[in-house]
Amino acid sequence: MDERSRYLRRLTFDALEGGKRGHVGATLSLIEIFRVLYDDVLSVRPDQPQWPDRDRCILSKGHGCLALYAVLADKGFFPMEELVRQCSPGALLGGHPETHIPGVEASTGALGHGLPIGVGMAVAARMQGRSHRVFVVMGDGELDEGSVWEAALSASKHALDNLIAVIDYNKLQSYGPVSEVLPLEPLADKLRAFGFEVREADGHDVAALRTAFADLPAAVGKPTALIAHTVKGKGIDFAEHNAAWHHKAKIDAAAVDELRAALERA
Amino acid sequence: MRQVAVNAVYELAKRDPRVVFIGSDLGPGVLEKMKTEMPERFFMEGVSEAHVIGMAAGLAMEGYVPYINTIATFLTRRCYEQIAIDVCLHRLPVRLIASGGGVVYAPLGPTHMATDDLALMRSLPHMTAVAPVDADEMRRLMDASLAYDGPLYIRLAKGGDPIVSRGDVPFNIGEAIRMRGGDDVLMVSTGVMTTRALEAAKLLENASISACVLHAHTLKPFDEEAVLTLAAGRQLVVTVEEHSAIGGLGSAVCDLLAQSALAVPVLKLALADGFSHEYGSQDHILEVARLTPPHIAERVSDALRAAHRRVRAVL
Repeated sequence: MDERSRYLRRLTFDALEGGKRGHVGATLSLIEIFRVLYDDVLSVRPDQPQWPDRDRCILSKGHGCLALYAVLADKGFFPMEELVRQCSPGALLGGHPETHIPGVEASTGALGHGLPIGVGMAVAARMQGRSHRVFVVMGDGELDEGSVWEAALSASKHALDNLIAVIDYNKLQSYGPVSEVLPLEPLADKLRAFGFEVREADGHDVAALRTAFADLPAAVGKPTALIAHTVKGKGIDFAEHNAAWHHKAKIDAAAVDELRAALERA
Repeated sequence: MRQVAVNAVYELAKRDPRVVFIGSDLGPGVLEKMKTEMPERFFMEGVSEAHVIGMAAGLAMEGYVPYINTIATFLTRRCYEQIAIDVCLHRLPVRLIASGGGVVYAPLGPTHMATDDLALMRSLPHMTAVAPVDADEMRRLMDASLAYDGPLYIRLAKGGDPIVSRGDVPFNIGEAIRMRGGDDVLMVSTGVMTTRALEAAKLLENASISACVLHAHTLKPFDEEAVLTLAAGRQLVVTVEEHSAIGGLGSAVCDLLAQSALAVPVLKLALADGFSHEYGSQDHILEVARLTPPHIAERVSDALRAAHRRVRAVL
């Protein structure tokens, strides 16, 4: 793990320490996805969050918001000091992203909402003759929601090649393994059957993600799905692949220090 | 009424390039002209209400004004979270045109009878809920809808309902309309039940009971001022609605009066809390629920007598 990935994780720990709670595992699997999106892929203007021609990026698995907050703060969408105020009274940042936060495109937290909204945005972009893209970042557990597949049918019908569904496939949902709770496999085949052009990548390999996000759309006239194979809790040895770290409340400073120490070992 | 509402979408779309239409899986030929003339703004998205609402929200976030039409129960119950989060939380100008409000779809059973739609919509922050009385008022509502801020729920009736609204009376969302004057009783009604309330008021007149009828077409924001003003000095307030007794017009009026300084009894005339297992027609269900004009007049008359007895007992 390189320094930038460690740095972004440390920012999420600062927010975690301030808020004393957060979806740790779900955040850590997303770090490289957001890092590459905001460093290399998205056309956005932190000083002009509503710039009409920006690429839209919806975090549909809203519980992974600490990863988004870390990257947005790092890019200057809002002051870095806001991170430690997460979930405090009067804070800008809450436990799920909302549109009053500069850089947040849609308020999420309930699952299965991002892709339908993304379809609407992508259709609108086409109607307006704009060339921006719409990225929707979803969790694997989120794919249990029927609305995701309703939207997938529609994305394919409308041939939305300006829509990119990114799946944080960490194989672990809240209760336990996706393969036990509600199996998704063969996921790539399912997405292909729904009309997506599918790419797969190691969701923690920055170079692989850059390649996967390059030359979009993956196929003209088809929405793209990028399955990012990730590790829940990535970078923290005792949290990796551990459903107990999906969400933590009442995290004290000592526990966060343990996370920081574990990160240095990674 | 539905025809008027749907045709109005086409007319609005011709006037304003922000207007788009999304249907789920409607009958063949719906809005054919719009589909032909403005195909890029006509969407038929299939039986996928959750997606339809989210897609409309995405379009609205990008500056469009989506009008959605499908059957009221599917448009409210099926995709409630999408309406709450995608539309209301973001305070977007999405218009929900709900076919078959109340018991219009009586022959089709409880899956199709929208007897809780107004309660569901009223409880959502930022939502506006309107139930016009006839096709003419629907046309006025649709004209007002284009520039209206925020989400809007529009309850359609059966169609072919008698015209009782008046073109010379201004229509404004959120402002109830006094349909007739009367000193003894205030009847507050919504949707097509206003027609029944007016007929009941005529019957009551024969019994020397003078009833004022206030048409509360907008359930939310509720015209509290109109109700409070007209309730003052009456012997009885009656609410009349084609909706469950829980959470609709009667609840809005009771909530209001309970917090007011007025000590006026309320008779809530609504559908019982339950799924209907009757089929037949809308009128048949209203008959069973004792919500026809003669029933309304009789129940008002009974309630008024009971109120008088209570007053005498206290004295």
